Amino acid sequence: MKVTVCIKRVPSTTARIRVGGDGRSIDETGVEFVLNPYDEFAVEEALRQAEKAPGSVVTVVTFGPEAAGKELRGCLAMGAHEALHVTADAAPRDALAMAKVLAAAIATTSPDLVLFGRQAIDGDQGQVGLMVATLLGMPALPDVVKLAIDGGTARAEREIEGAIERHELPLPCVLSCAKGLNEPRLPNMKGIMAAKKKVIATAAPAAAATTTTVLSLELPAERAAGKIVGEGAAAVPVLLQLLRDEAHAL
Amino acid sequence: MACILAIAEQDGGKLKKVAHEVASEAVRQAGALGARVIGVTIGAGAAAAAAALGDCGVTEAVALEGGTVASDSGEAYAAALAAVAREKGATVVLLGATSFARDLLGRLGVLLDSSPAADCIALAAAGGKLTARRPVYAGKALQTVAFGGAVAIASLRPNVFAAARGKGASCTVTSVAPAAGPAKQGRRIERVAVGGGKIELTEAECIVAGGRGLKTPETFARLIEPLAAALNAAVGASRAVVDAGWRPHGEQVGQTGKTVAPKLYFACGISGAIQHLAGMRTSKTIVAINKDKEAPIFKVADYGIVGDVEEVLPILTTAVKGLRGT
Ligand SMILES: Cc1cc2nc3c(=O)[nH]c(=O)nc-3n(C[C@H](O)[C@H](O)[C@H](O)COP(=O)(O)OP(=O)(O)OC[C@H]3O[C@@H](n4cnc5c(N)ncnc54)[C@H](O)[C@@H]3O)c2cc1C
Ligand SMILES: Nc1ncnc2c1ncn2[C@@H]1O[C@H](COP(=O)(O)O)[C@@H](O)[C@H]1O
Repeated sequence: MKVTVCIKRVPSTTARIRVGGDGRSIDETGVEFVLNPYDEFAVEEALRQAEKAPGSVVTVVTFGPEAAGKELRGCLAMGAHEALHVTADAAPRDALAMAKVLAAAIATTSPDLVLFGRQAIDGDQGQVGLMVATLLGMPALPDVVKLAIDGGTARAEREIEGAIERHELPLPCVLSCAKGLNEPRLPNMKGIMAAKKKVIATAAPAAAATTTTVLSLELPAERAAGKIVGEGAAAVPVLLQLLRDEAHAL
Repeated sequence: MACILAIAEQDGGKLKKVAHEVASEAVRQAGALGARVIGVTIGAGAAAAAAALGDCGVTEAVALEGGTVASDSGEAYAAALAAVAREKGATVVLLGATSFARDLLGRLGVLLDSSPAADCIALAAAGGKLTARRPVYAGKALQTVAFGGAVAIASLRPNVFAAARGKGASCTVTSVAPAAGPAKQGRRIERVAVGGGKIELTEAECIVAGGRGLKTPETFARLIEPLAAALNAAVGASRAVVDAGWRPHGEQVGQTGKTVAPKLYFACGISGAIQHLAGMRTSKTIVAINKDKEAPIFKVADYGIVGDVEEVLPILTTAVKGLRGT
């Protein structure tokens, strides 16, 4: 089986976000970048599915700056076999243009299964996976929390508000991975050493027009400082009175 | 004339809460853009649900039921919805930012060749064009985007846009059983309700969330659940307690959990880590109960009680019951 996983380099969850000089993107100075947390689930699931089907190949793909080689290398250290780096230029691209670039790159890996993270925690779109699927004419399911590959069929569970759905999709298909699917492994020393020797293939991005543009980026208004209404159970009546009469929340 | 499609999520013939918010915003933007609004419902029960859109002032709707959408696959839904958008010449397509939309938004973007904006918190019309504001970096920044394609597609965060109900209009519903579907598609085998019909986190007007300060899963259940019941609230949790296996994944609030914006959010025994704040800081009123007066949660809380959850929560629950007569 050939499994292709799309991964993205994003600011860490603890990064302080400042607006850059262009007023449209962030100032990256001093920001720590990591593998998108949801993509860890995707890489882990690819490795588990591959382990069940001997001879499988897991390829990780990113479309990102040169520095994203670090995240690809990290995935190779987890156990991925191959890596493809589509090198990004500075041009801003909307989600659809990114998906077009990725779809072209993924097609060259002729996958049976394509895995994405639920969403990239920078743009918080949660769209690219389904876009790629639609561009490639593959069936897809987002927010997968359980997966079994059974011959040519993917049986997947999806978590939605107040319910679990069970779906069947013919392979090749695209799935986006959510928390609960698995516990991602940490690379071990052997994996890290092996990853150092692997070659990361590179490709230039396919041309794709952007339709949706960012006009501005701002920091949200700080919440006004709140008040400590008191200590212990004695503060309960004051709290309720404030919630009712001041906040009109009860 | 410009046309706004308001895709109104429904379940078994009943509109979801967010559907009223989407329909109401569509009606508001229609005024600003000089457009007409067409409501769209899809799946089993679509026709019955569509009729109820008159309540929000939508007078015309298409109900997509049976035919290819009977597979309940995202592929079939997206194809059917995109066909309506094309046929009606939609210039704007709106839907609620729920799981339903997560399965459709990107697909609609490809089928209508326009990059959508997910999880928007405000729309504005200027010079006949729409712009959208949306949180990025887990709400640490806000982006304003302009749509350049022929169609502006946006999903709207639940609980943010006001639902203007009670319009009492009558809605003319056209039922369609879509005939042309996608070549390759999946199939929904079943949908099993979990959580026994409890209030869904992202829809809740009030949330009582607990963290590691609750100490054990038993204390969590004993102290958090009764308060939530008394307030008619949903239960939320920090990642620390979800990872510890005390609570299901679906209850996690935060950057890698659910983003919520209720009217009232109680954070009990939660420290207020940046990733937790990311998921709840746009709540209207935040109450924190924590025994450490230096806990970061107090920096975002409107009201705080410094105290032990064991002592405070039972008294609070009793007092709330008294207040509400429950
Ligand atoms: C990539 C990544 C993603 C993450 N995503 C999320 C996310 O989505 N959501 C999330 O919540 N976290 C997330 N986290 C984890 C986050 O960093 C914190 O570890 C987590 O939120 C802490 O949970 P907590 O507040 O319950 O526990 P703690 O930080 O341990 O806080 C417990 C609090 O309880 C108080 N307390 C203790 N005993 C009592 C008592 N008897 N009465 C009253 N108060 C008491 C303490 O003073 C303390 O403030 C993420 C972390 C990473 C690295
Ligand atoms: N530039 C990129 N390169 C590789 N994968 C990406 C890229 N952008 C997004 N993805 C994948 O698409 C998923 C959803 O991203 P998004 O739609 O941006 O929230 C991510 O979790 C990744 O798996």
